[in-house]
Amino acid sequence: MTAIQGFAAFRRRVLPRESTLTAGIVILSAWLLVALFCPWLAPYDPIAQDPSATLLPPNPAHPFGSDNFGRDILSRVMWGARIDLQICLIGVAFPFLLGTVIGAVSGYVGGVVDTLLMRLIDIVLAFPFLVLMLAIIAILGPGLGSFYIAMAMVGWVSYARLVRSQVLTLKHRDFVLAARSLGYSHGRILFFHLLPNALTSSLVFAMSDCVLVLLSGASVSYLGLGVQPPVAEWGVMVAEGQSFITTAWWITTFPGLAIVVLAMGFSFLADGLGDKWGARP
Amino acid sequence: MHRFRFVLWRPIQLLPVLFGISVLVFVMVRSIPGDPARILLGVRSTPQAIARIRAQYGLDEPLWLQYFYFLRNLMNGEMGKSIIYRVDTLKLIDSRIQPTIFLVLGSVLLAVLIALPLATGAARYRGRLADHAIRLISTIGLGLPAFWLAIMVILLFSISLGWFPVSGYGSDWAERLHHLFLPCLTVALALSAVLTRNLRASLLMELQNDYVTAARARGLSENRIFWRHVMPNSLIPTINLLAVNIGWLIGGTVVIESVFAIPGLGQLLVKAIISRDYMVVQGVVLVFALATVAVNLIADLLTVALDPRVKL
Repeated sequence: MTAIQGFAAFRRRVLPRESTLTAGIVILSAWLLVALFCPWLAPYDPIAQDPSATLLPPNPAHPFGSDNFGRDILSRVMWGARIDLQICLIGVAFPFLLGTVIGAVSGYVGGVVDTLLMRLIDIVLAFPFLVLMLAIIAILGPGLGSFYIAMAMVGWVSYARLVRSQVLTLKHRDFVLAARSLGYSHGRILFFHLLPNALTSSLVFAMSDCVLVLLSGASVSYLGLGVQPPVAEWGVMVAEGQSFITTAWWITTFPGLAIVVLAMGFSFLADGLGDKWGARP
Repeated sequence: MHRFRFVLWRPIQLLPVLFGISVLVFVMVRSIPGDPARILLGVRSTPQAIARIRAQYGLDEPLWLQYFYFLRNLMNGEMGKSIIYRVDTLKLIDSRIQPTIFLVLGSVLLAVLIALPLATGAARYRGRLADHAIRLISTIGLGLPAFWLAIMVILLFSISLGWFPVSGYGSDWAERLHHLFLPCLTVALALSAVLTRNLRASLLMELQNDYVTAARARGLSENRIFWRHVMPNSLIPTINLLAVNIGWLIGGTVVIESVFAIPGLGQLLVKAIISRDYMVVQGVVLVFALATVAVNLIADLLTVALDPRVKL
């Protein structure tokens, strides 16, 4: 069997037929592998300085070049995958959990609780997303922890709205009535019967939200308010390379491309899953 | 009659949101650790001086009274003094708001100019190569970090080609236009990705309507159907889409102003956060939130004015 036939068979059996979904899964798995195995894959230590190899353009020893401290850009991009994937996962997980619980309770309970929570969402949405986040980070002080807290406080609204609207349409269905007549508690019905049916569109949204979280995290770090140097994070790397832009384009170009490719992976996965499940938020 | 009532009623509906915004901003600044009087006076302040400042700014009053003072000062056009610049925050904002407004307007204009032909092409050649290419480009565009795109644009247009200045904001109108073009282009490239995707979707939805079939049956040309009937109907959701994205757009200008060193509100905000100038943070956040609410209100009213189908 030739390599091409082998790949075709692999594609037919293992990968989904939709090309967008496949592209998303391939890109994300590749980054995940890089993040997991970067201690063995990366040719150099990401924060080791080498005074004899500063500002080298891309060459066989340093495929992506080196920065003003002589640090290898390729190694830093690889180690950066760890931080930036972590930003995506944690940055989405907190808003997702918070928003899902609030939205589900709001839609199921209704009445005054629902009205108050909806007004609160209106107020949070009145603020520009990044501006409110920066304001919260201003109070908590710069750092990745502050970013996660700010993300949770601002990001939950989208999930709450999505889940609430799903719960509202589902809560009068027969299976809920059946569960009620069996004497199940409201909590059990909400979290074990309604929510599993209401989560599809917010899961798809979470995938596309990863793009927003990644860009926000990198932007906040670029502005000097998130991940702090010398940690290899892509936004920080772009900021560090900016002053060398006229002489060493490679310091900023490669970490930026890494962000673009990772974001593409999440976009493709969200589009693919949305088409597959028929859920487009 | 209904329409008039909507125009009057809609701003009144916004009052709770405005109240909420003011409470949130007030609480935010009060939850900063440390005594504001001590921050204002510095480390070597005497207890008497601190007590005097606390009384002067009403910091020894109960919280609800402090909120009342905060609102009263706001009505009088006072937002508290900046620690760094030593002037009232509102004056500072007034002197910095112009570049930001031009940046936002210019970006929207360029984004529409980019997105309109792309969305039209994608919708009219649905499923063909052009459609796939435009969708791929707009998907990539969604994930472009604005700060990085800005540097790449500078690298190409300013450093390699030398067409535009690298950063700053000119002193006369021609210079300002020259300085603002690249920042506007950067924001527009990112925004046009969102616009293209949504305008394409709304054009495709419109094309499935019965009136399109009816127009075809009456023998109207594809071009006439598209430009005279489908396009105007698809533009109304796009107005709303632009309004929904105004918050995102303002966030984008914060980053872009920092990259290009434009003396606008966004750069002011970032500098104020780094130097812990909380009165300025409070003022700029408040202005940005009010602007977002105002733009959304205008979009609501425009939709009602333009689309006779909207049910009130």
